Amino acid sequence: MSSLLDIQSIRKDFPVLNRQVNGKPLVYFDNAATSQTPRQVIQSIIDYYENYNANIHRGVHTLSQEATEAYEKARHTLQTHLNAARPEEVILTSGTTHSINIVASGFASLLREGDELLVSAMEHHSNIVPWQMACEKSGAQLKVIPMNEKGELEMDEFDNLLSERTRLVFCNHVSNALGTINPIEEIITKAHAVGAAVLIDGAQAAPHFKVNVQQLDVDFYTLSAHKVCGPTGIGLLYGKRSWLEKLPPYQGGGEMIAEVSFEKTTYADLPHKFEAGTPNIAGGIAFGAAIDYMNQIGFEEIAAYEGELLAYATDQLKQIQGIEFIGEAKNKASVISFNLKGIHPYDVGSILDKLGIAVRTGHHCAQPVMQHFNVPGTVRASFAFYNTKKEIDIFVEGVKTAQRMLS
Amino acid sequence: MSHKTIAEIQEEIIDEFSLFDDWMQRYEYMIELGKSLPLIDPQYKLDDYLIKGCQSKVWVFAEMIEDELKFTADSDAIITKGIIALLIRVFSGQKPQDIIDAELSFIDQIGLKEHLSPTRANGLTSMIRQIKLYAVAYQTQKNHE
Repeated sequence: MSSLLDIQSIRKDFPVLNRQVNGKPLVYFDNAATSQTPRQVIQSIIDYYENYNANIHRGVHTLSQEATEAYEKARHTLQTHLNAARPEEVILTSGTTHSINIVASGFASLLREGDELLVSAMEHHSNIVPWQMACEKSGAQLKVIPMNEKGELEMDEFDNLLSERTRLVFCNHVSNALGTINPIEEIITKAHAVGAAVLIDGAQAAPHFKVNVQQLDVDFYTLSAHKVCGPTGIGLLYGKRSWLEKLPPYQGGGEMIAEVSFEKTTYADLPHKFEAGTPNIAGGIAFGAAIDYMNQIGFEEIAAYEGELLAYATDQLKQIQGIEFIGEAKNKASVISFNLKGIHPYDVGSILDKLGIAVRTGHHCAQPVMQHFNVPGTVRASFAFYNTKKEIDIFVEGVKTAQRMLS
Repeated sequence: MSHKTIAEIQEEIIDEFSLFDDWMQRYEYMIELGKSLPLIDPQYKLDDYLIKGCQSKVWVFAEMIEDELKFTADSDAIITKGIIALLIRVFSGQKPQDIIDAELSFIDQIGLKEHLSPTRANGLTSMIRQIKLYAVAYQTQKNHE
């Protein structure tokens, strides 16, 4: 291995990688769906429940103060990680879907008939449906930025679609179904030039590279902890302060209020305005621990190593006759979507599972993408920094076995 | 075939599968079954008879012929189709009341229960429910005749 990372020692951080599935050592290539969790992150959850489990932001007692400090420290970690200007621009949510819904439902009250929203053709359902709901409520219109046969956005078409009617552009940083890395810098600059805001769904980008939200000048950026070695049920919404102040609250309840009477309630300041109710405290703390863990490994090292895995796996898979890659963008994260000619992805996934190999099959919650490529679904293998070339060899052999059995 | 009860056919299938040594042989047999399944008449391969799973699609059509329910079905995934072939073998040609009363145990016993797990979303559990619903519908109709 030419990598700078000590993969064998990294793998020891992930207890689940030791397990067997169907009598075979687990090969976990479903990282784009959820990443595995290192001991350090698991330990942060145990620490919280064993030592300072308490409700936060109220309570004068020591446990509550410790829990509040740990939770706010995690927010600070996330702020630093994204290079957000202020901690209150980081809203802790239940995940990317929740984050997008906060923005979409807020925009529903700001949009009017005649306004237009631009969405990329390669979105996950969670970055389509909330906007369709916002359009239904407001009378705004949703327009789609098309993609080419390689799974890259057609930027000429994007230029044509942009106009003074465009209020918002939303797009994923990395496509979950295809692995395409989208040119978000260009999208942001061009959208801003016509006065439109931009939301970037960073769920699939966050495991692979670090973003700098101030440098990008992005208005909203979302991510989910469980894609970056953290737990499920926690994520974040980054929003520029000016935008977050403009948007109405998403949910009403405790924590998000300043004063409540039956006549009138005033809302709390950011970030609490968008954090109604008792949050996922242990999750937030573990999210911070997960980002710390990944930063310790180093995102540049991660990206370089994953690039190696992607190139190796692509080369190995190319040797298989009848393989069809879905999504061959020039800029790709370590995700490979493919089909074997004449064979349904479900069947391939079923055989691979029997061999202890975890991949995702199906439409990846991106049915419009599948319609574009005219396939019922794909087999998707996605690699993380704890995967190895040896695992890729096992996987490629598994695909060959599946093909032999199913032909 | 039609003289055998649902329980007898299930026993028969369990016996056949007990001959296989490992999962690979079982799967290869399922795949063969999938390939040999008589396709549903194209006129019934319609959305009306489609059960949409997140992973694979299943079509099921039922008709009553002389007191017995006949099923034809299809799927776009071959392993799903193999399991369908077994389900048809068990249920097709049986009386509606027998289908309603039947306990389905063979899938578990031949080591294919993972295909019925909700995460597979392959349409099979819905298919079994659909077969039972057809039986209930025809039975109700018969009771009203």
